[in-house]
Amino acid sequence: MSGIFEYNGGSIVGMKGKNCIAMACDRRFGQQMSTITTNYQKVFKIQDNILLALSGLNSDIHTFYALMEKEINLYNLKENRKMKPTTFANLVASALYERRFGPFFVTPIVAGLENGKPILATYDSIGCKSDLDDFQVGGTGGNYIYGACEAFFKPDLSPEELEEVIGQSLVSGCDRDSLSGWGGVVYVLTEQKLTVKILKTKQT
Amino acid sequence: MTDFALTTFSSKGKLLQIEYALNAVAKGDTAIGIKAKNGVVLVVEKKQSSILVEESSVQKVSLLTDNIAATYAGLGPDFRVLSQQARKLVKKYDLKYQEEIFVQTLSRELAEDVQVATQRGGIRPFGVSILIAGYDEEGPHLVQLDPSGAYYSWKATAIGKQAKNAKAFLEKRYNADMEIEDAINTALLTLKEGFEGQITPTNIEVGVIRDDHVFRILPPSQVKDYLEELE
Repeated sequence: MSGIFEYNGGSIVGMKGKNCIAMACDRRFGQQMSTITTNYQKVFKIQDNILLALSGLNSDIHTFYALMEKEINLYNLKENRKMKPTTFANLVASALYERRFGPFFVTPIVAGLENGKPILATYDSIGCKSDLDDFQVGGTGGNYIYGACEAFFKPDLSPEELEEVIGQSLVSGCDRDSLSGWGGVVYVLTEQKLTVKILKTKQT
Repeated sequence: MTDFALTTFSSKGKLLQIEYALNAVAKGDTAIGIKAKNGVVLVVEKKQSSILVEESSVQKVSLLTDNIAATYAGLGPDFRVLSQQARKLVKKYDLKYQEEIFVQTLSRELAEDVQVATQRGGIRPFGVSILIAGYDEEGPHLVQLDPSGAYYSWKATAIGKQAKNAKAFLEKRYNADMEIEDAINTALLTLKEGFEGQITPTNIEVGVIRDDHVFRILPPSQVKDYLEELE
C-alpha cells in the first residue's frame, strides 16, 4: 500500500476572507490510477456556521464525517444550543487523537464563522491542530494548491473575490495532480448564507 | 458488591430510600444560595461538634472549577465524593472541547451520577443535596441537585435544617434587581435568622462569584466585615 493517503486521491483547501470563509474540494474518487466516480462529496456542512472538509482515505472521510455529525447532533440535543466553531475545532482534534494508535487516514480542515469572525483550523491525522493561517490545504494536490494560494491570496477578500481566488487555486492545483480533479466544488459561507458552486477542471 | 437493587418502589409508588436520603439532608447544616444580577453567593453553616475541632480544616464550599463551586446539606463524605466526580467531569469536558463547561451542563452530568445511585445494584443513594453556583457565558446560575438526581435552577434557595424558614424569609427579601453585594448581605441575614447561637466568621463559610467568572471563598477577615455590616 504505497501511501494510504494517496490511494483514493483528492484535494481540499480552506480560506479566510472578510467576515466570510470558503472551502473547496475536488470531486474525484479513485482507486490508485482508476477513477471510480466524479461526484464524491468531501466538504460537509456540520452546522449553519461550520464546514468540515476531509481529504485522505475515502472510507475514513465518510466515517469521520459521520462521527462528527453524531457528536454535533448529540451536543445540540443535550446542551440545547449550537456548537461554537472553535469548540468544534477542538472536538475534531480530540476525536482524532482518541485514535492515536489506529488513526483515521484523513487530514481535515475546519472552517466557520464565530460571531462573524472567520475561523480556520487544519490537522494532521492524529489531531495536531493548527489555526494560525489564513488559508490551508490538504490532500494529494495540496502542495500544488499552496503555490497557487500564495500567488492569488490577499487578506480580507470579499465573498465574491474569495470564491474566485479559492476556485482558481483549487483548479490550478488539481490540474497538476493526477489523483485530484474531475471537477471542483466551492463553498462560501457568510453570516447570511452558504453558496455552492461547481467548477470545471481539466477532464483527466 | 450485590446484584440486586437496594432502592425499589413501595406499593404507593415511592422510593423510600430517596425519601430517607432527603431526611438526612433535612437534618444537615443549613446552606443558602442567592443568585444576583451580577453574581451568585453561597453561605453555609459550619457548626463544629466540639471546640477542639480545627475549624480551618473543614471545607464545606468546594471549588469545582474556576467559575463553579458547590456546597451541600447532609452527609459530608458523600459531598466529598460528588465534588471529586464533578471535578473530573469538568476536566473530561475540558479535554474534549477545550471550553469552559456551562453550569447547566455540569449539573446535568453530575445529576446522572446521582441518579445512577438510586437504580444500580448494591449501592445506596447519596445523602446530600448540593447547591451548585457558577457564572458562565449565559450568566449567573444557582442549581440544586437532590439525592433523587433531580435538579432545579433557583433564584434563591436554602437546604438543610432551616430550609423552610429560610426560604420563607428569602421569598420576602428576594428581588430580581439584586446586586451581588445585596445578595451577600441577604444570604447572611437569612442564615443568621435561624442560627443556633452566635454567628461568627469561623462557624460559617461564604463563597462568592461575580461577573469576572472567578469563584472566591471569602477568608474569615472578609466574612467578619460583612457580619459587622449586618449589625
